[in-house]
Amino acid sequence: MSKHTVTIEINGSSITREVDSRLLLVHFLREELEMTGTHIGCDTSHCGACTVLMDGRSVKSCTLFTLQADGKSLKTIEGMETGGKLHALQEGFHEEHGLQCGFCTPGMIMRAAELLEKNPNPSEEEIRWGISGNLCRCTGYVNIIKAVQYAAEKIQKEAA
Amino acid sequence: MIPPPFEYLSPNQVSEAISLLQKHGEEAKILAGGHSLIPAMKLRFAMPEYLIDISGIDGLEYIHEEDGQLKIGAMTRESSLEESNLIKDNYPLLLDTVKMIADPQVRNMATVGGNLAHGDPANDHPATMIALRASVAVEGPNGRREIGIDDFFPDFFTTALEDNEILTEIRIPASQPGSGGAYQKIERKVGDYAAAAVACQLSLEADGKIQQIGIGLTNVGPVPIRSVGAEGNLRGKTPDDSLIQESGRLAAEECNPVDDLRGSADYKRDLVNELTQRAIKISIERAERG
Repeated sequence: MSKHTVTIEINGSSITREVDSRLLLVHFLREELEMTGTHIGCDTSHCGACTVLMDGRSVKSCTLFTLQADGKSLKTIEGMETGGKLHALQEGFHEEHGLQCGFCTPGMIMRAAELLEKNPNPSEEEIRWGISGNLCRCTGYVNIIKAVQYAAEKIQKEAA
Repeated sequence: MIPPPFEYLSPNQVSEAISLLQKHGEEAKILAGGHSLIPAMKLRFAMPEYLIDISGIDGLEYIHEEDGQLKIGAMTRESSLEESNLIKDNYPLLLDTVKMIADPQVRNMATVGGNLAHGDPANDHPATMIALRASVAVEGPNGRREIGIDDFFPDFFTTALEDNEILTEIRIPASQPGSGGAYQKIERKVGDYAAAAVACQLSLEADGKIQQIGIGLTNVGPVPIRSVGAEGNLRGKTPDDSLIQESGRLAAEECNPVDDLRGSADYKRDLVNELTQRAIKISIERAERG
């Protein structure tokens, strides 16, 4: 097994570590860095609970070797609030009851973050397709969609 | 699930990647987006001793028209295809197809070249490339060669690539006015492989006759299938309902599905019949629009 040194920017801080080639990114985050906000759900790239942003694009960290993130910039759920203030998406999930057990929430929020970046005012259908790689077992998705709509509105208002 | 151990190699040039393939032979696998290979490694369906990550090689991600062809670099991410204005405006079959591949996060990593080089008849691009009459450029120790898509999938999970060759580019005849295409897929849920899917690409003469037509079938046989019968039935003719129905019937006859968790073979044949008709009709509408 080969060991390699990786340098990855995570939520604005540069981190350098020596890792095994087979170490999956989600295990690197949760076990090496003890950043447990990113969840492992299905472990088979279906459920999206492990979603993080890599260079601004949402990816499933259970299906990525840590080495594939070398030199890249990551954002995880821990990086969403700034200065003690929740991100509009986090606030939306809170206000609209967008979660029950909360297990899928970090992945939902990270996926929705890219969606809103590319499409600031999505229709309900666009949100449904946009989060089609994320599974929620509790909510029936209705409040998750409301939460994303809440965030879209808030971000647009703040930008205006 | 943790994949088995392997040696990780990250070349910066295609030639370097080829040398590594020559050195390690069957023990090595190319890592592109990894969204077929990594799940297969977790399940021990694949246990390569060496992974050659080609994402660090510059110049393999592009989408442009040149010399009458649409050229797509092998490492182009599915999401780049989905977001490309060139594809949105002129290649409806490709746009339909890419939207039905896996889910948004997977499309952010998965590559067009990987989708083809994996050789999986359940993947969506193979049938689409058959309909589009694409070819692929591959590079090996003896230089470059081009392989027509009809010769690229000789057998189940097998491609025409040699062990020491890399797929570098996909080439598709450039879109012409009066042409149109569509991909029709039935899946149990987002991200699933097709129970069956049909790709159609055609062009119309000024008088409404079908000039060229390509029809490819996904996941209804050990390899992606060209429905020669469905194509021949319409070529040179003015399409009407009964001709389109006959093409559906011919495609269903030519496919070779098996019973599995996505449905019985009979059900899949019925799907191919119906989806072929739908894909042809949408393609004609799109061709008439421009």
